[in-house]
Amino acid sequence: MQEWANHLCENRQFGSKMTDSKYFTTTKKGEIFELKAELNSDKKEKKKEAVKKVIASMTVGKDVSALFPDVVNCMQTDNLELKKLVYLYLMNYAKSQPDMAIMAVNTFVKDCEDPNPLIRALAVRTMGCIRVDKITEYLCEPLRKCLKDEDPYVRKTAAVCVAKLHDINAQLVEDQGFLDTLKDLISDSNPMVVANAVAALSEIAESHPNSNLMDLNPQTINKLLTALNECTEWGQIFILDCLANYTPRDDRESQSICERVTPRLSHANSAVVLSAVKVLMKFMEMLPKDLDYYGTLLKKLAPPLVTLLSAEPELQYVALRNINLIVQRRPEILKHEMKVFFVKYNDPIYVKLEKLDIMIRLASQANIAQVLAELKEYATEVDVDFVRKAVRAIGRCAIKVEQSAERCVSTLLDLIQTKVNYVVQEAIVVIKDIFRKYPNKYESVIATLCENLDSLDEPEARAAMIWIVGEYAERIDNADELLESFLEGFHDESTQVQLQLLTAIVKLFLKKPTETQELVQQVLSLATQDSDNPDLRDRGYIYWRLLSTDPVAAKEVVLAEKPLISEETDLIEPTLLEELICHIGTLASVYHKPPSAFVEGSRGVQHKRLPGSAGSGESESPDAGSAGGVSEAPPAVIPSQGDLLGDLLNLDLTPPTATGPPPPSSGMQMGAMDLLGGGLDSLMGDESEPPHIPPRTHTPQSPQLPHQSPSPPDYSPTELGGDLGGSPAMGSGFGGPPAAMPASFSAPVSGGLDDLFDLGGGVGMPMGAYSPPKTIWLPAMKAKGLEILGTFARRAGVIQMEMTLTNKAMSVMSDFAIQFNRNSFGLAPAGPLQVLTPLSPNQSIEVALPLNTVGPIMKMEPLNNLQVAVKNNIDVFYFSCQYPISMLFVEDGTMDRQVFLATWKDIPNDNEAQFQIKDCHLNSDAASNKLQGSNIFTIAKRTVEGQDMLYQSIKLTNGIWVLAELKVQAGNPNFMVSLKCRAPEVSQCVFQSYEAVLKN
Amino acid sequence: MSTKRNFIDLQRHLKDRTRGAFSAAHTLLPYWHRVTHQWQLESAAEMIHSLFLINHTGDIFLEKHWKSVISRGVCDYFLEVKEKAVEPENVPPVLQTPHHYLISIYRDKLFFLSVIQTEVPPLFVIEFLHRVADTFQDYFGECSESIIKDNVVTVYELLEEMLDNGFPLATESNILKEMIKPPTILRSVVNTLTVLLFFPGSSNVGDKLPTGQLSNIPWRRAAVKYTNNEAYFDVIEEIDAILDKSGMTVFAEIQGVIEACTRLSGMPDLTLSFMNPRLLDDVSFHPCVRFKRWESERVLSFIPPDGNFTLMTYHVSSQNLVAIPVYVKQNISFFETGSCGRLDITIGPKQTMGKMVEGLMVTVHMPKAVLSVNLTASQGNYTYDLATKVLVWDIGKLNPQKPPNLRGTLSVQSGAPRPEENPALDIKLKIQQLAISGLKVNRLDMYGEKYKPFKGVKYMTKAGKFQVRT
Repeated sequence: MQEWANHLCENRQFGSKMTDSKYFTTTKKGEIFELKAELNSDKKEKKKEAVKKVIASMTVGKDVSALFPDVVNCMQTDNLELKKLVYLYLMNYAKSQPDMAIMAVNTFVKDCEDPNPLIRALAVRTMGCIRVDKITEYLCEPLRKCLKDEDPYVRKTAAVCVAKLHDINAQLVEDQGFLDTLKDLISDSNPMVVANAVAALSEIAESHPNSNLMDLNPQTINKLLTALNECTEWGQIFILDCLANYTPRDDRESQSICERVTPRLSHANSAVVLSAVKVLMKFMEMLPKDLDYYGTLLKKLAPPLVTLLSAEPELQYVALRNINLIVQRRPEILKHEMKVFFVKYNDPIYVKLEKLDIMIRLASQANIAQVLAELKEYATEVDVDFVRKAVRAIGRCAIKVEQSAERCVSTLLDLIQTKVNYVVQEAIVVIKDIFRKYPNKYESVIATLCENLDSLDEPEARAAMIWIVGEYAERIDNADELLESFLEGFHDESTQVQLQLLTAIVKLFLKKPTETQELVQQVLSLATQDSDNPDLRDRGYIYWRLLSTDPVAAKEVVLAEKPLISEETDLIEPTLLEELICHIGTLASVYHKPPSAFVEGSRGVQHKRLPGSAGSGESESPDAGSAGGVSEAPPAVIPSQGDLLGDLLNLDLTPPTATGPPPPSSGMQMGAMDLLGGGLDSLMGDESEPPHIPPRTHTPQSPQLPHQSPSPPDYSPTELGGDLGGSPAMGSGFGGPPAAMPASFSAPVSGGLDDLFDLGGGVGMPMGAYSPPKTIWLPAMKAKGLEILGTFARRAGVIQMEMTLTNKAMSVMSDFAIQFNRNSFGLAPAGPLQVLTPLSPNQSIEVALPLNTVGPIMKMEPLNNLQVAVKNNIDVFYFSCQYPISMLFVEDGTMDRQVFLATWKDIPNDNEAQFQIKDCHLNSDAASNKLQGSNIFTIAKRTVEGQDMLYQSIKLTNGIWVLAELKVQAGNPNFMVSLKCRAPEVSQCVFQSYEAVLKN
Repeated sequence: MSTKRNFIDLQRHLKDRTRGAFSAAHTLLPYWHRVTHQWQLESAAEMIHSLFLINHTGDIFLEKHWKSVISRGVCDYFLEVKEKAVEPENVPPVLQTPHHYLISIYRDKLFFLSVIQTEVPPLFVIEFLHRVADTFQDYFGECSESIIKDNVVTVYELLEEMLDNGFPLATESNILKEMIKPPTILRSVVNTLTVLLFFPGSSNVGDKLPTGQLSNIPWRRAAVKYTNNEAYFDVIEEIDAILDKSGMTVFAEIQGVIEACTRLSGMPDLTLSFMNPRLLDDVSFHPCVRFKRWESERVLSFIPPDGNFTLMTYHVSSQNLVAIPVYVKQNISFFETGSCGRLDITIGPKQTMGKMVEGLMVTVHMPKAVLSVNLTASQGNYTYDLATKVLVWDIGKLNPQKPPNLRGTLSVQSGAPRPEENPALDIKLKIQQLAISGLKVNRLDMYGEKYKPFKGVKYMTKAGKFQVRT
């Protein structure tokens, strides 16, 4: 007792004066030297103090690696604390001192045999953290032992070590059979070991998506569910995340898993709760909606989600981002919980903004009054970003809940009265959308809006106001003055405002042609001559052209009925949402981006063999797909649009501007005068003139979201371009009856447009060889909303890949590009993918991509398989398709008869393949003609005993000849084909082509 | 002093170097690569790669790497955002840099910033970081820069013990304390005796495998022995509420927690039951609670950890009627002309269930334009911080007979426009011996051990985020 007391006193003294901060105070010049001496001291205590000092230096980022040998010398000790400290040091610096690290190996190996499981585990754990190749070799044996250790603590540590080792040297882990041992550990009796094995396997699997490591079957699932109840909270997260990857066989299994997972919703650890929510949200999909359990489960999900919102703000943020996904997928879960999303004034801003988003999503007729009252409250807060979003939210409410529109508008007017600059501007932006949603209802407020014209300094608000003025020009007496005032500083405005101003003035002109001639001329010349912006220039030219050729048509186009805007904005497109629901709780769910965008490994590995871009020739690097090859794809798709249109229009309209920078030429002016003169006549004259442009022949139902296009109502250049480039329907509408065009312009215009169509479309070209109907190559589900239908054709000797690209997503797609993997015949794109304009939601475009056969060659299985990568602004997508080999049959495939005979004999009989074509009701001549269309040439015909024998030759693009004998017996619908070729592997494909050609 | 300067220089040097490196890498990336790969992380590795501790002025004072060393230059992204956010509370918890994700929490004026390289559940990381902060609090009594620096070696040992290769290893306080001795224990005579029994010599690292680590009850250590066996339960409820101008409840809910302190020998198996368990809308339990028993019988059945722990948290949502203990009458207005305004606040008892309201305090974040205040408080004191524009009125006990009042004038910067925003009032209060939800513990039974422990239950109600709009 006395001894203890003494010891105590000592310790207390020790404790009071010796804090670790002393380790920070000795940073003098000779510090390293001093430490070196202390480390080599004989006294244990002194040694330990010295190591502590070294560690302290390390924690603040100081480089103490020079002490490596001295510290390692302290490793062989029976003092566990000293050992741990040395290990800490080793982990930090081993990488920079690999040769020195070898010195430590023996101690490690010895420690792995220590009777104390703590030391065994510590050793195996530390060894795994030392990322030095030389050490890993020595690690294998101790690791193998530890994986089978009698003590579960050692086993669970060893399980993690396998993951560490895999990261350093994957091959080694596989060769040593550690993966199998790890899989065995899933059946371990100790739940902690199971959890760690799952964690380690998941981690390894993540870097090797194809390795099929996590072979989930009902048995393993059962083991995991058992371990789930007993392991630590962190282990539960690993197991739940692993469970989420499983697909139950039927709804019963799904339900039973759900039942065993629901208790996790009551866990104190929010990460466990959210992982459980993920599993339930995913497996719920399989349950029939009329099942009682389905309803029970829905009810069970709400309370834990609400509870997450009372946690620390950081947790709230992640929870809110995920709830945002959940309410989009299943709004019923939280529909009664609106109030928990009400904002508290001292919530961090990032929480406030998220809450606001969810409030709008949950807004309904039932709760709109409450929501509006809250939003109005928020609009007087201090934080500018938050206030703006609140004002915007009021507008979204108006659009979403029709009954509330009136209240929303009056609330917005109240806010405009506050004259707080940014509030007014936001309000005007949203009122514009309300006008669009409810036409002819609230225009009475325009006067109030116009009062605030001068205070608008943000482009979006200015653009919105200009749109309103243009759209309602007939109701605003001084619309021309207002717009003119904007025109003064035209070149200082942002593009958004310039475009809007151009459109608004054209609208004004169409509505009040007499007074606004000058104004429209002014804006057209500003846009076309003085602007460097291709969008603006193009739009200017198009209006100009429209007004000059056919003002009535112009009216139809410019003042066309606007599509309704959708109720819900900012919705995540369904395919992405489904994907994200499966990834609740992950970074992907926080950023609302597809998970494939996060982990380089998964994509790189999966598509390793994707070649570099076709133009850059052979690319031998296996990784080209993920790095070099991809980067070389030409982003030059878009610019060609502007140039093309620009040149085209310049050519026949304004000769002076075709060369050099446009001078303020009189020619131009004259043209303008002329054009407007003509335009005016017809505009003011008979309105019932025939030329009729069907407004928007496609994408009619697609509600265009206001936020997607800066210029909501009219033909933005994007849309116009899209129509010109791709759609045959629009084409016929436009260029169809050229007789209706004013004579002076009709010829060059229609010619020019036709050219344009030919370039972009190729749809109407004469049909040559057989081309199968289009099939779905890439379903929208797999490509974030991009759907590709396609086929191949050979037209006038050119192989073409003809595709219909459809945007089934909610946002605009652009920047398309395409690449092929190496393939059997060296097919490669002969040029870039010509998608000239961004693809709006629900819009389709036809593209014909000419191909050549000079690309890199690799034999594929099947032979005619083609792997394609298509890129757009959203992602890169991969698919494979099979092309009919007949499109490789060249036009000069007629073999001389003598040569044919000789060749036929020359090719060994082993190479002959026979096929039967059934149910073909053609006579031999018809068949011969049909085949000829696909470059299968009949060079001789013989009739033996009522049987026609056709001898045919085919030449492939790569010079391979195929010789054929086709037997046709009158009255027998079954043909026989014998094919002989020096490369017999093509026979099967050729036969398929025979069949396809003959039967279509 | 010179040390510190050297240190800062080094830091700056590192910063500059890495910043250069980053921007160079940026410009070299080809177009497509940048577009599609910006979001991608290097292939899988561990979960939490590194941890940086940063004080509220932006100094990095501790770093720990679980694998390779990541330059602290990575924190520049964070510091930039922090700079922009003005208030440290407003720094978003998840940030993206070209090669990493930064997930951070802000606690006790410190940022715990973790560097992530793989897809990992952010909540996992955030929960873990809070656990780290909790552990520091538990070990050192507080969680501050100075105390962490004072105990840097222990901190390092703790971090190493808590995480292995990104996998949490031991995060239960009971287990950690068996492995690494808390330094503060040295100062407490009673505990030192236990410690000396456990850890002979001056080492602060245990050399035995913690007993709880692998049992089916990892939260409890074996062979606990006390002379006085006691179990205390504190039922603490916080009212979160928003009241509108007129005093109507816009939103109210109760966050409840049961904090327990059990000092019981052996392996006690406890059962705690409530009079009215159906009151609770949602519950979260400590892992020790048997969920099945709760589901079927609504009782808490558990083998407790040794010492302090949170037994459960619960939630009584706005769907139920939440009692509001005080009413607040207020009027804060600014005159259209002239540079002044008026303030008048009265607080009185409302639904106090006959208990005394204590620790009453009102905080008002005044608009920036308010230069000074001239007020009179009928009870308590008020202070107005000119720099932060925060008015604090510390009232103390609420006298039901004479409701406290604060009134007077506010002087506004002359020429400044009338403040647009309405300052909200933040109310703090405490009520002893009351759980405002009405939740009551019925009984506590112990099985598995023979002795009779001393049992106690305490109730308390506090204002959580209790706000009154003006």
